[in-house]
Amino acid sequence: MKNDLILQTITKVAVFIILLFSISIFLGGHYSPGGGFVGGLMTSAAIVLLLLAYDLKTVANILPVDYKLVIGAGLLIAALTVAGAMLFNVPMMTHAYNYFDLPILGKTSLHTAVLFDLGVYLVVVGVTMTIIQTIGEDE
Amino acid sequence: MIMNNLILMPVIWPLLTGIILIFFGKKVGIQKVLSLFSSIIGVIIAATVVYRVYHDGMITLAVGSWKAPFGIIIAADMLAALLVLTTTVIGAAILLYSFTGVGKDREHYYYYSIFQFLLVGVNGAFLTGDLFNLFVFFEVMLMASYVLLVLGGTKIQLRETLKYIIVNVLSSALFVISVAYLYSIVGTLNMAQLSERIAEVNQPGIVSVIALSFLVVFGLKAAIFPLFFWLPGAYYAPPIPVIALFGALLTKVGVYSIFRTYTLIFYHDQFFTHTFLGALSLLTIIAGVIGAVAYWDVKKIIIYNIVIAVGVITYGISLMNDQAIAGSIFYLIHDMLIKAALFLLVGVMMKITGTSDLRKMGGLIKQYPYLAWTFFIAAISLAGIPPFSGFAGKLLILQGAVSAESYVGLAVILLSSLMVLYSVMRIFIYGFWGKPAVTKEQPVKQSVEKLLAPAILLVTITIFYGVGTETVYSYISQAVETILDPDIYINTVLGGE
Repeated sequence: MKNDLILQTITKVAVFIILLFSISIFLGGHYSPGGGFVGGLMTSAAIVLLLLAYDLKTVANILPVDYKLVIGAGLLIAALTVAGAMLFNVPMMTHAYNYFDLPILGKTSLHTAVLFDLGVYLVVVGVTMTIIQTIGEDE
Repeated sequence: MIMNNLILMPVIWPLLTGIILIFFGKKVGIQKVLSLFSSIIGVIIAATVVYRVYHDGMITLAVGSWKAPFGIIIAADMLAALLVLTTTVIGAAILLYSFTGVGKDREHYYYYSIFQFLLVGVNGAFLTGDLFNLFVFFEVMLMASYVLLVLGGTKIQLRETLKYIIVNVLSSALFVISVAYLYSIVGTLNMAQLSERIAEVNQPGIVSVIALSFLVVFGLKAAIFPLFFWLPGAYYAPPIPVIALFGALLTKVGVYSIFRTYTLIFYHDQFFTHTFLGALSLLTIIAGVIGAVAYWDVKKIIIYNIVIAVGVITYGISLMNDQAIAGSIFYLIHDMLIKAALFLLVGVMMKITGTSDLRKMGGLIKQYPYLAWTFFIAAISLAGIPPFSGFAGKLLILQGAVSAESYVGLAVILLSSLMVLYSVMRIFIYGFWGKPAVTKEQPVKQSVEKLLAPAILLVTITIFYGVGTETVYSYISQAVETILDPDIYINTVLGGE
């Protein structure tokens, strides 16, 4: 095997920066360009970088996740956010928001649309990683 | 207000079921129990929707509380409600058949999950009141159908899925282009507002062009005359429960979309658009008849009968008078039920004989009398013999043709009924009568009760549907009222609350 020391060392630094950036994009989606889709793609990009620097087995050890279940979890969160509006006597998919005084963060608006976006985020990560893993494992 | 959420339930319920089934990937037993339970609840939900629409008139739901032209509207009029009920009933029956009919290698790879997603797409397409949302639900339905078509990975499935995907990707792209054209002209995607604005400009030439491009799009999905070329091959490839699902639901969503667009949106220049649709429909019937009569393969015969039925229904739409529209709705529901039943019955025949070639079958009636007589009833209701379900719809369409003085259509439909009868009776005569076919292995009687039960269930429903025409008609006349008077639809969607 060839020596990938430089690639692997840089990856160790870069992956965290990419992950942080993807989370920042995901959370900022309401007020600036971004959101669940781009955030999810960028998170998968970070994992793909890991896959390039190491191999499928190592990455599966670092992140022991069944991505098919991630898809299911994402869909479930999104669908329940849609259907959950029924409990509050309003048409489905009606979202709610309010301002909260959180410790450290201060006055923050929390919106149920973020839950829906979280669902999108998880589905995108799950789908991308399932595709890449399935093709990668294929002999 | 809260009760209006009910009309989105036929979409959300199978969606949730499909999602939950993902978590039980290899546990087929749990998947079966859950999806059966969900189907039964689904039928109850759909029946409630029909009941509510029957008593309170058309119901709309502004998704996300955004008012009519701005948000997505889910609109359940009688036509949509009836089709949703039919879909869930057929879904339940085919699910029952799948339990024994689809096999382990498919069940282990999310078959039941995808099954539910297909129902999500079909129900969503029936219920939506927004043109782009219709596109999205089409894609949900098509994605699920791609997977169901290819699942199992045999050679023929791979080949036909490739063709099927190419055709549908092209038609979906054309759908988006047509929506873009329409949006650039009228500036809205809400169907009710579209209808209103096109009425204001009185359908100029460019809108008629768009109407035809929509006809091409939906015609590709529904398999009308020059655009049905993909259907015989694609529907031949998958296992029987999947074919039954496709044959009963997928093309009918295309037909429903033609129904919606040609009665709600593009109805101002009928001489141009509807005459064109009528001519294509008659050619569709002829093409289907040729196919149905030509083949000795039981699956192929029923597949070409789908094409014939699509032609008959769209012909009824093109006439635009109350008898023909009522006939089309009547025939549409009948045809969904009977096609599912016929495919399931053909599936049982193939299970017993191990072939789909009619010339290698024979004498099934001695060992399988229930199968034979169920098939016989299904066959004569398909052709439209009076006490059964195919009669009333065709009769109304014929009456519509007479009052529109379209005698060519009258003759074509009458003759096509004869040929339909011939094509299915040939299955009955060669498959069930005569000497038992020479099969070396086992003349032993196989137990097919589990496979036969859902088919008998569907045929029984069609018998009630045919005998209880009077009861059913009160529902259908309500649907016709909304269809022929678009103002009801527009006012309910845009005016309400």
